[in-house]
Amino acid sequence: MASEPQGGLTEYIQHHLGHLTVNFSTDHGAFWNLRIDSLVVSFVLGAAFCLWFWLYARKATSGVPSKGQALVELAIEFVDTQVKDTFHGDRRTVTPLALSIFMWVFFMNAMDLLPVDLAGWLVHTFAGAEVAEHTHFRAVPTADINTTVGLSLAVILIVIGHGIKAKGGFGYGKEMLTAPFHAESLWAKAILLIPNLLLNVVETLSKPVSLAMRLFGNMYGGELVFMLIAGLMVSWIGFVPGVVFNTAWAIFHILIIALQAFIFMMLTIVYIATAREHH
Amino acid sequence: MEINMTFLGQMISFAILVWFTTKFIWPQLNGAIEERQKKVAEGLAAAERARAELKDADAKVAVEIKQARLQATEIIDKAQQQANQLLEKARAEATGEINRLKAQAQDEIASMAQRAREQLREQVGALAVRGAEKIVQREIDPAAHRALLDQLAAEI
Repeated sequence: MASEPQGGLTEYIQHHLGHLTVNFSTDHGAFWNLRIDSLVVSFVLGAAFCLWFWLYARKATSGVPSKGQALVELAIEFVDTQVKDTFHGDRRTVTPLALSIFMWVFFMNAMDLLPVDLAGWLVHTFAGAEVAEHTHFRAVPTADINTTVGLSLAVILIVIGHGIKAKGGFGYGKEMLTAPFHAESLWAKAILLIPNLLLNVVETLSKPVSLAMRLFGNMYGGELVFMLIAGLMVSWIGFVPGVVFNTAWAIFHILIIALQAFIFMMLTIVYIATAREHH
Repeated sequence: MEINMTFLGQMISFAILVWFTTKFIWPQLNGAIEERQKKVAEGLAAAERARAELKDADAKVAVEIKQARLQATEIIDKAQQQANQLLEKARAEATGEINRLKAQAQDEIASMAQRAREQLREQVGALAVRGAEKIVQREIDPAAHRALLDQLAAEI
């Protein structure tokens, strides 16, 4: 922190909110930016989850489980119970989806507990202050709107896929036009066509938006608070309260991390369950 | 808060992750869990069954023991009865034998006494004859006085 430029807290935070970005096509706008930090961290965490669970899945025994297997099974049974309670149908693809979401989001959220300056300090130590000045690194992929949007769009595609699979392409399209407002006569149906379609489009679109924004908002906000608290520790006066607040916020954040992962998973299951329902 | 192509990358990552979990993690672990659940359920059922069987066996054993005890008492009673009967019989036999022997002995005694008396009588007759011979010397012919002497002997 001492190496931060004289801009003070504002610049410190602004610096920390920057992403490690690669731009593939500068003249075509910001869309072609690729946030390497989000991608790499999330990919590594996803791979870690896969490796961890796979190692136990490979030698899973139905006899007395090892402690590691018991832990893995605990997570799986927790997720499976949630799915079983909400979704009544073939769980063979739904539970793995829910498990992936839960564990991945949980892992990514948990990056929030890493010290905000850890990455900066590493770069500073190994590459020098000059590089650190221009390098940005954010360790929490879920505090990047792109991660949450990507996740929620994938989820909504799966949800729509479930809807089409359960009702058929025609049935799904018909439901878009005839629900939630039902009518008996033909012309009443024709009148309700437009409102129904509008409502369904809004409903479908609101799902990924709410999923993405909720997770992003929580994690971004949490990260910001960590940065503000870190700003406290710049001076010796603020150091002790800084440590206290940091600890308190981190402990509270453990709850947020698990809760947000759980909510994301739960809502996905609920969306799939409702998509499979006939109206 | 800018949306850029990162989210496409995240979608792809997510797809890979879901595929991997569905293919390599979920089936194995869930299979193990379900199999274990089945095993545990079977074990519990077996324990329940064994407990019931034990109870049954206990009841059966109790009944059998009762029966055995009853039988034993019966046998003992019968044996006692038999022993009593035997004893009774032996006693009766012994008494009979004693009585018989006693009667026999008494008979023998009686006949022996009779015989002794007869002998005594004969000897006394003879003695009397001899005494009379001595007294009357030749006057008495034993042959001629046989009847008289016999009468005398019978009177003694």
